[in-house]
Amino acid sequence: MENTTLNKAKKPSFGLHKLLALSVLVILYVFFSIFGNNFLSWDTLINILNASYYIGFMAIGVTFVIITGGIDLSLGTTLMTSALIGGAAYNMLGWSIAASLVLTILTATAFGILNGVMVAYLKLPPFIATLGSQMVGMGFGAIVTKVMTMRYPTVGTEDAWFKYVFYMTDPNSPIGRFPVGALWLLAAFLVASVLLNQTRFGRYTYAIGSNREAARLSGIKTRRWLALIYTLCGFFSGLAGIFFAAAYTTIIPGTGNGLELLAIAGVVIGGTSMSGGVGSLTGTMIGVFVMSVLKQGLMSMGLQGHWQTFFTGIVVIGAVLLDNYRIAAANRVKKPT
Amino acid sequence: MAEILLQMENIQKYFTGVHALDDAFLSVNYGEVHALVGENGAGKSTLMKILNGIYKKDGGRIIYKGKEVEIDTPQQAQSLGIGMIHQELNLMPHLTVAENIFIGKEPLKGVFLDKKRANIEAGELLRSLNIEIDPAAPVNTLSVAKQQMVEIAKALSYNSELLVMDEPSAALTENEIQELFKFIRNLKNKGNGIIYISHRLDELPEIADRVTVMRDGQYIGSACMKDITKQQIISMMVGRTIYEEPKTKSSVPVDAPVVLDVRELTAGYNVKKVSFTLRKGEILGFAGLMGAGRTETMRALFGADPVESGDIFVNGQKVRIKSPSDAIKHGIGYLSEDRKGFGLAVGLSVRDNCVMTNLEEYTKNLLVDDKRIQEVTEEYIDKIAIKTPSTMQLVKNLSGGNQQKIVVAKWLIRNCDILIFDEPTRGIDVGAKSEIYKLMTKLTEEENKSIIMISSDMPELLRMSDRIMVMCEGRITGELDISEVSQEQIMALATMNM
Repeated sequence: MENTTLNKAKKPSFGLHKLLALSVLVILYVFFSIFGNNFLSWDTLINILNASYYIGFMAIGVTFVIITGGIDLSLGTTLMTSALIGGAAYNMLGWSIAASLVLTILTATAFGILNGVMVAYLKLPPFIATLGSQMVGMGFGAIVTKVMTMRYPTVGTEDAWFKYVFYMTDPNSPIGRFPVGALWLLAAFLVASVLLNQTRFGRYTYAIGSNREAARLSGIKTRRWLALIYTLCGFFSGLAGIFFAAAYTTIIPGTGNGLELLAIAGVVIGGTSMSGGVGSLTGTMIGVFVMSVLKQGLMSMGLQGHWQTFFTGIVVIGAVLLDNYRIAAANRVKKPT
Repeated sequence: MAEILLQMENIQKYFTGVHALDDAFLSVNYGEVHALVGENGAGKSTLMKILNGIYKKDGGRIIYKGKEVEIDTPQQAQSLGIGMIHQELNLMPHLTVAENIFIGKEPLKGVFLDKKRANIEAGELLRSLNIEIDPAAPVNTLSVAKQQMVEIAKALSYNSELLVMDEPSAALTENEIQELFKFIRNLKNKGNGIIYISHRLDELPEIADRVTVMRDGQYIGSACMKDITKQQIISMMVGRTIYEEPKTKSSVPVDAPVVLDVRELTAGYNVKKVSFTLRKGEILGFAGLMGAGRTETMRALFGADPVESGDIFVNGQKVRIKSPSDAIKHGIGYLSEDRKGFGLAVGLSVRDNCVMTNLEEYTKNLLVDDKRIQEVTEEYIDKIAIKTPSTMQLVKNLSGGNQQKIVVAKWLIRNCDILIFDEPTRGIDVGAKSEIYKLMTKLTEEENKSIIMISSDMPELLRMSDRIMVMCEGRITGELDISEVSQEQIMALATMNM
């Protein structure tokens, strides 16, 4: 028995999935480089990165929630609603763009708090609580904006710096066209990784997901931490809202639902378990990029959006099947002890 | 002479390294209520699970209605006519009585359910048993006693002739028990055999014809109820030779200060005005049978469940404990009987589990200080001899004994002075057991910790405790000093209905 435990320790089952996801990413990239039309280019790479920002921010936030064993279905509409509210302040009230962005973040964080209170203190199942706030959010955004489309500054206007800072540098600037959004996403990923891996907040996220009752009996104030985790997720949806606005300029009321599923798909492809306790942000980022490589790659082969949806579905199912198989295999090894 | 319905002979059962049943024997006649008694872990449940096809026996014979039978699945047991009524009822609360009775064998009209016929047939069955219940009533509108009768009716709908009832009276009021007994006598008169498992020795003369006693997986003896006294049954239940030297006198100095004083603690349905004190360096044993309220008492004390009333004093100071984090602040740590459910996050590493109670201490500038966590984990791995290949090992890959040690480490790292061990050696092999004992002794004698130990293992209680509190049905029924205690005394107090 001693021996089996020793052997097990040498290969932690954790890294394997990330490795698999990463190799899927590489294989896809190579595949499309060979078979796609003009896939291997700076422009395509920029497109891949551009397609990842807002999904990436949502996916980072919801990774924390999913590690606790929960779910947040309100990501997509929180993104849109917060961007709408910020846009309304900018368009209708004449706020400065900076103040409007702060309002965007605050709105999204408020939705996070709402979710956190419902899940942690009112003990609603996360699925139901966040389904409710998804609908509330979507309606709220439309009501506040009187169902009018909100516009963020675009290139050539007075506030064009907004686009240069959050989306793409000025093509006429010394560095040329550079996807700054990617740097922001990288920064968010690094900060979130420190939070998840090197703070109490992160440890408790895993502890709650692994065994919430054991965590409570260890003196951890599980309700408070859980509420904070949902709040963080809301905050990241707000960031996603800013980057969505920077990329697409117009925000239309009554949209956004469905985006959360893309974020969740990215998390799942990255090996975070829906049953909680296991997961990583590196995996999540890989998962998000697998989806955008797929999107751009299929486009380069002349296949349109519905093909992308189709194949993303296959990848999600495949990733989870593979994970189940891996866990079953690991348990088979353990049996004799 | 009565005819034999069931005979289980020479039954053997091994669980990874543990000889759970050794030469177990049970014989039940037609038209007999046969009581099966023994301490927790005596092997009653294991024997019944073999009879019901849930476990496979490793040796011996089952003779049912004069023929040797092999029972591999609960379905086989059912088709032979062996019905099992578990302590936790297996009814679907939102379905009706008739739907529950006919679950899995619903009367059909073509492909559709024939609800009318189900109700009529269920009604007939219930009437034949003298049960007055509306077959169309949802089960959750019935009293517990009535639900139990529905469960029995369900078992009988498979033409069961042998019924196993596991603690049927445990959740019932006095009136309901009388109702149940009347019903059981009725069944008996129809020629059914009934195996009646109960901890309530006082009620056995009223309902049982014979009794079989088990202890440590072995058959001890059978007798007619009218020829045996409660005292005699108790000595059969506990009359083992104790191999390990029991403590003969308390090792706590007479002037040791009281560190914990609990007064009239009341909580939930199973903690009723519980009072006790714990002194510095003492190991206070809590004895009692399953459902005596010991775990519930400790969970309430620890703030894991809400307290209704009562006072708690720690080191002479009155304290309010509303959550586990309050209890921990006052230096109380709770080591749950259910390690995997409540004690550990088994999917996380040894290190993460060890500092789960005290991560604030190991945080520097908002960041978790992994270097110091590593150091303290290694220190305790050494100190209490945890066998793990590394501090990063996932806890689920360790043996039960080592998992238990990690739970201990967790509370020592938090520097708790009062440790509540709930069944500290359950599911742990013999070698690891004695290590846990050594550790507990060391904690009290060298580190001045005070320990409350809930245990259902009689030798363990006698070997470790300085003093023993006995509980039964939510109340303290006795307090015994180790110098004057006997197994018989403990068992008598543990079965004392107040």
